[in-house]
Amino acid sequence: MMPLTHIYKFAAPAAFYPLAGRLIPWFWGLAALFGAIGLWLGLAVAPTDFQQGEGYRIIFVHVGASWMSMFIYLVMAFWAAIGLAFNTRLSGMMAAALAPTGALFAFISLWTGALWGKPMWGTWWVWDARLTSELILLFLYVGFIALTHAIDDPRRADRAGAVLALVGVVNIPIIYFSVKWWNTLHQGASVSLTRSPSMAAIMLWSMMLCALAMWMYTIAVSLIRVRGIILERERHTNWVKALLLELNP
Amino acid sequence: MYWNSLSDFLAMGGYGLYVWGSFGMTALVMLLEPWLALRRQRAIRLLLARQLLAAMQEEEKQKKSMGAEPEETA
Amino acid sequence: MLRVVTHVIGRDLRLALRRPADVCSVLFFFILVASLFPLGVGPETELLRRLAPGVIWVGALLATMLSLPRMFAEDFHDGALEQLALAPYPLGLVVLGKTLAHWLVSGLPLALVAPLLGLQFDLPPEALATLAFAVLIGTPALSGIGAIGAALTLGLRGGGVLLSLLVLPLYIPVLVFGAGAVDASIGGMNPAAHLFLLAALTIGGLAFAPWAAAAALRIALE
Repeated sequence: MMPLTHIYKFAAPAAFYPLAGRLIPWFWGLAALFGAIGLWLGLAVAPTDFQQGEGYRIIFVHVGASWMSMFIYLVMAFWAAIGLAFNTRLSGMMAAALAPTGALFAFISLWTGALWGKPMWGTWWVWDARLTSELILLFLYVGFIALTHAIDDPRRADRAGAVLALVGVVNIPIIYFSVKWWNTLHQGASVSLTRSPSMAAIMLWSMMLCALAMWMYTIAVSLIRVRGIILERERHTNWVKALLLELNP
Repeated sequence: MYWNSLSDFLAMGGYGLYVWGSFGMTALVMLLEPWLALRRQRAIRLLLARQLLAAMQEEEKQKKSMGAEPEETA
Repeated sequence: MLRVVTHVIGRDLRLALRRPADVCSVLFFFILVASLFPLGVGPETELLRRLAPGVIWVGALLATMLSLPRMFAEDFHDGALEQLALAPYPLGLVVLGKTLAHWLVSGLPLALVAPLLGLQFDLPPEALATLAFAVLIGTPALSGIGAIGAALTLGLRGGGVLLSLLVLPLYIPVLVFGAGAVDASIGGMNPAAHLFLLAALTIGGLAFAPWAAAAALRIALE
């Protein structure tokens, strides 16, 4: 096991910045690898679905994006809790770096859900429990981003965002339950994109690999973003000054 | 391989617009976002470096003028 | 402990009563929004009766939200909030008191007026009673969740719009169960299940939200 002091060392922005820089290419590589295999399996090898025809292939991006949009919110809440509990600077930056990616995945999930709904249900949008919850999740992301951008003091922005993320994560199950309840009362759509009746192993593999590729992508892009945030916030420290002079002599 | 021809593949059994609309938007977002993030990170780095250099030059100038001042007054 | 809460409630009520216009304008906003809908969709009674639960509840949500910024703003500007934060009792209790005071001047009037709006929408008598009761037990949750948003946006530019972005998504469960109760009542069903869930939201909201709001206030005061 890694000694704890080792982890603490990388919790300092000065140590994390170069580490992130070294890790980013690896995560790009993994994302490309998983994505290529997943797409090849999903688009070229997987057979057609007997009920939904070729239209079902949208799940290979839709499911991954939906998963990531929810997962990223959980990770954000995790960093928020760490930041509030241990007062670490890096955790707030991580949450801020993750939020735009989460919002974009929520958007992709809605977009692909609409494109799937048109041929299957006959309309671009149905007030189905999953799509509605995804829309509300997008609202929660937008609220988080709007709040953290409205506060000028980065410390206060981090901490206020952390409180909001934690409140949001407690509320998400309640919101989902209420939307489901509302949906069953109003007789929503019954066909589901994710619960395909004949999910062959090959489809499942492709779905998993595409989701994994999106996961690696998320890490890579949020590391890029967090590096920018670190530079901005630590601009008055000596290590950032040394780094800047080294890069632009 | 599942498909017989390229046009078969692109048609997606009549669902081409929907399938490629989904994959296309996903690809667009997943290319655009890193590009923007990277550009922003570079922009921050350049801006900060320029500010730092300007501040250092300013400091040097002040040092020089401070050194020259006593002679002038003398 | 309870004395802190009642003391804050009394103080906030006295302050609010000094300015009755604030309470009235929120109330009239509620009436105005609900009256706009028939003008927008037409006066068919059948249609209006279908829309009524949702329209009146959305109106209640928006009216509550409009009155939120005042919850802490005044105390923040005259420094009273800082005093309260330094006091030896938990800030969460203070926030609970302020939440309840906010409910007394915004939620309670809404519950009293809601049946009148229901009449405009031609709701049957039992649905009117359900509506009043649902608004009565649902609005404390709105005040509680709203307190978090008000504390987070305290002293920020563009706070009002930001507040709505933060708070309205969190209001959705109250809207669903509140409108659902009235809907069930109109359809001749028993609204008890909805009302129980609404009460659960209120109890949960009043138990947890003040502490989150207190944490947000401390961040804003730093």
